[in-house]
Formats: sequence, C-alpha cells, structure tokens
Amino acid sequence: MSHHKIEVNGLKYQYTDGRQALNGVNFLITHGQSVGIVGANGAGKSTLLMHLVGILFPNEGEVNVGDVPVTKKTLPVIRQSVGMVFQNPDDQLFMTTVYDDVAFGPRNYQLPEEEVQKRVQEALDTVGVLHLKGRPPYKLSGGEKRAVAIATVLAMKPDVLVMDEPTSALDPKSRRRLIKLLQGFTHTKIITSHDMDMVFELCERTIVLKDGKVAADGPTMEILKNRELMEECSLEVPLTLQACPVCGRNNI
Amino acid sequence: MSNITQSLYNIRLLDELAEKKTVIHKIHPLAKVMTTGVYLIVTVSFGRYELSGLIPLIFYPIIVIALADIPVITIAKRVLLVSPLIIGIGVFNPIINQDPMIIMPWIVISSGWVSFLSLLVKGILTALAALLLISTTGITKIALALRMIWVPKIFILQFLLTYRYISVLIEEVGRILRAYSLRSPREKGIRFSNWGSLTGQLLIRTLDRAQRVYYSMCCRGFKGEYNVGRELGIQFKDFLYFSGWSVYFLIIRYFNISELIGSLMIGVGK
Repeated sequence: MSHHKIEVNGLKYQYTDGRQALNGVNFLITHGQSVGIVGANGAGKSTLLMHLVGILFPNEGEVNVGDVPVTKKTLPVIRQSVGMVFQNPDDQLFMTTVYDDVAFGPRNYQLPEEEVQKRVQEALDTVGVLHLKGRPPYKLSGGEKRAVAIATVLAMKPDVLVMDEPTSALDPKSRRRLIKLLQGFTHTKIITSHDMDMVFELCERTIVLKDGKVAADGPTMEILKNRELMEECSLEVPLTLQACPVCGRNNI
Repeated sequence: MSNITQSLYNIRLLDELAEKKTVIHKIHPLAKVMTTGVYLIVTVSFGRYELSGLIPLIFYPIIVIALADIPVITIAKRVLLVSPLIIGIGVFNPIINQDPMIIMPWIVISSGWVSFLSLLVKGILTALAALLLISTTGITKIALALRMIWVPKIFILQFLLTYRYISVLIEEVGRILRAYSLRSPREKGIRFSNWGSLTGQLLIRTLDRAQRVYYSMCCRGFKGEYNVGRELGIQFKDFLYFSGWSVYFLIIRYFNISELIGSLMIGVGK
C-alpha cells in the first residue's frame, strides 16, 4: 500500500450553473511520478485539482489518495498527505509575516512550537527564502510570493504536491529558479499548466484534458510532440520541440 | 483611486506596527486587552459635564505611544477619521442646551458646549485606545486573548475573517476603480447608472476571492480555530501592567485629580 498513489475513477462534476466541468475522468498516478495536466481554458484542470484535495466532491465516481477515499470524514488525513499550491499566491498568503504564514499549517495540526519552528526553517530554506521570514507577504515580489506559497505547503510535509499553474505570471528568471526547485523534489507531483515547456522539462507523464474528459494520457515526449493532438485540444507543441525560427533545424 | 490603495496601506501599517518588539509589545495580549477594556469602561462612565475628570486619562495613550514607539502622526490621522462621526452626534448640543455653566469674567460657556467637548474627548480617547491595542498587539494575538477569556470561538472567527476581508474588499475596489477610470477619462467619479453593476461585481468578486482564501486555509488543516503559536504564559509584569493601570483609572474615576491639583495650586497661591 502506498499513501502516495492517487486514483481517479469515473469522476464527473457539474457546477450549480449546469456546466459539466468533468465528464468521466480516469487515471492512476503512482508513487514518485511527476505528471503534467494540460488542456485549454475551461477543460476542467482546476476543477480536477480541487477534487484531489477535497475542496469539491464528485457528483459521480471517486477519488482515492493511497487507499483512502476523499470524503468529508477523511479530509484531515487527505490534506496532510496532499499539499496544494494555488494559482494565485495571494490567495494562499494571508498572515502578517512570512513565518506565520508558513507556520499556519503545522500549527493547525497542533504540533509543538519547536517542531513548527523547525519545519518553517526547513521549508523556507528549501525554497531559498529563509531571509524573508520576518517580512509581510504582500511586500514580496511575484517570484518570492510563489516560493513562500510553496514553502507553506512543504511545511506540512505532504507526500503529494499538487500545483495549479505554478509558473504563471513569473518572470523568466523566477520561472527557471522554480523549475530547478521542483526538479529537486522527490514528491509525487501533479502540475497543471499552460507552460508546455515547463511540463516538458518537469513531467515524465502528461494527461491532456478536453471538455472534461481525458483526451490523451502517456509519456510527455509522445504526447507533446503530437502536433495534431495538441491543436485539437487548443494547445501547442512546446517551443523546445519546435523547429528553430532562425536555422529551421528541428529538435525532435 | 489612490485613496483606496492608501487605505490598504493604512490597514497593513497597523499590522506592521504590531510586529515591533518594544516593552509594550512584549506585554501579554490578555493584559493589554483587559487594560483597554477597563480604560474604555472608565472613559465612557464619566458624566457628560465631567470634562475636567477626563483630562488625566490622556496619560495612558501618551505613555503607551512613547513606550511602544508608535508614530504619533500615523495614529493621530486615524483618530481624526472618527472625529466627524462624533462631531455629527454632538454638534447640536451647544445649540439645544444654552444654559450657562462656566461663568468667567470675559466668557460664559454653556453646558451644551461642555457636553459636546466631553463627548469629543471621550470619542478620541476610546478610538485612540482601540488603535493602540491593535498596533501594539496585532489582530491574531487579540483573538488569542479573547479566546482566553472564553469569548465563543464563532465570534472570534467572525472577527478575524472580517478583518482579513476588509483588505480583500479594498483590493478588489482598487482593481474595479482602476479599470473603470481607464475607460472613462472625462468622469471624475462613477456614473450613478453604473453603481448597481459595480457593487454587484464587487460583491461577487470579493466573495469568490474570500472563498479561495478560505479553501487555501482548509487545505492547510484549518478547522475554525486560528492557532497563533508562541503561547506566552502570563508573567508577573503582565499582572503588574494590568493592575497598575486599572488602579490608576479607578483613582481617576473616583477622585477628580485635575480639580484636586487646581485647588492645591490655588491654596498654595493664597
């Protein structure tokens, strides 16, 4: 039995306005895998992530983390095991200092203050922003905010990291730093993004969503170089895999 | 629009002031909350013509401001914000109540003016005490202190989330006004016909945003209770702070110090 396994079976979800966001999604993500979830706007990526941490519950089907089904009763266990980094770091940072924000999760699990302090130091150190611990979060740059948002989740010591568009609104240098950071993590990672190059670099497996269904699921290299599939799903082959605009040489 | 951004900065400034490490900041939050409570009760308990009795109460904010290293102008500006409200309440006192109360050779002051001034002083002192409590303690620690005196969890949660919601609301107002002003260059304000849709938008957007913040809290194990950590034990100095100030306030309440000093000086003069 692995607590790091995530299994989604026949997941269907309809919003109250009648929009069918997920229409029968199935997949199994095993321990240590790094999986990219891509798709056009409105394909159901964020809705799917919200099911993995029990913010939304399926109308039909089920989500299992390890062997534990995601239900209201199992939420404390699920949320300790699956850490979610939101698309907008401002949604995740609401305390007056970076330290208190990172300590928020461990304190909610009633850990002793010495352990909380240790975890906060470790998490901030891992993402390279320990020097910011006394600063108010709203005064940080976009890249720093994102790093702190990841630290808030790391401090919970999750087995699985779920990230919603982690590179959106980051400058190229911050984006590169984040990619290197994520490459160093051994957690099971599930990343949704429109940044196809990041998915190409970080994830060995990619799931393509279209109209609330899995349109393709397989090794990233095979999926992302499939121009026909990409265009059909309103996506694009990553720049890394496209022909060089100057010399015309193809990388594939 | 810059005023809106300024408001957000102002709210956050109080949070930043609360992070200082002065003697006053190190006093236990419970001692400060209870001292402020006694101060507020004593201040409002003075009768409407007891203006002179209120004067010694000014020493509490002065001493706290000095010891806590709080910028005077910053706090004064915020206190002035509430003054129009107090003036609005008491402005008719001098007109309605014109009985002479203080008669001096060159001027006669009516009881209406005395009651108006006493209302103004009380309003300023209470607003000052509340602002000083927030800027020397911080909202989360105030919540911790309230929890220690068995205020129900649901009220504390409401209090904390409302405080957080204010900044979410101001941020969204800022964004909406910016978008509006960029597409309506000749207008100074917001056209009346657009008020409804803008307010509706604001409500929906802030609710959405607040919900996302709440989700992110839930994902990190939030179960309806803020855990601020670093729970300090109450020490002798905290007890001394509370009891010292309380005794001072009660002495002021039962003995008119200003009058005593005045009569003492007149006696010496004679």
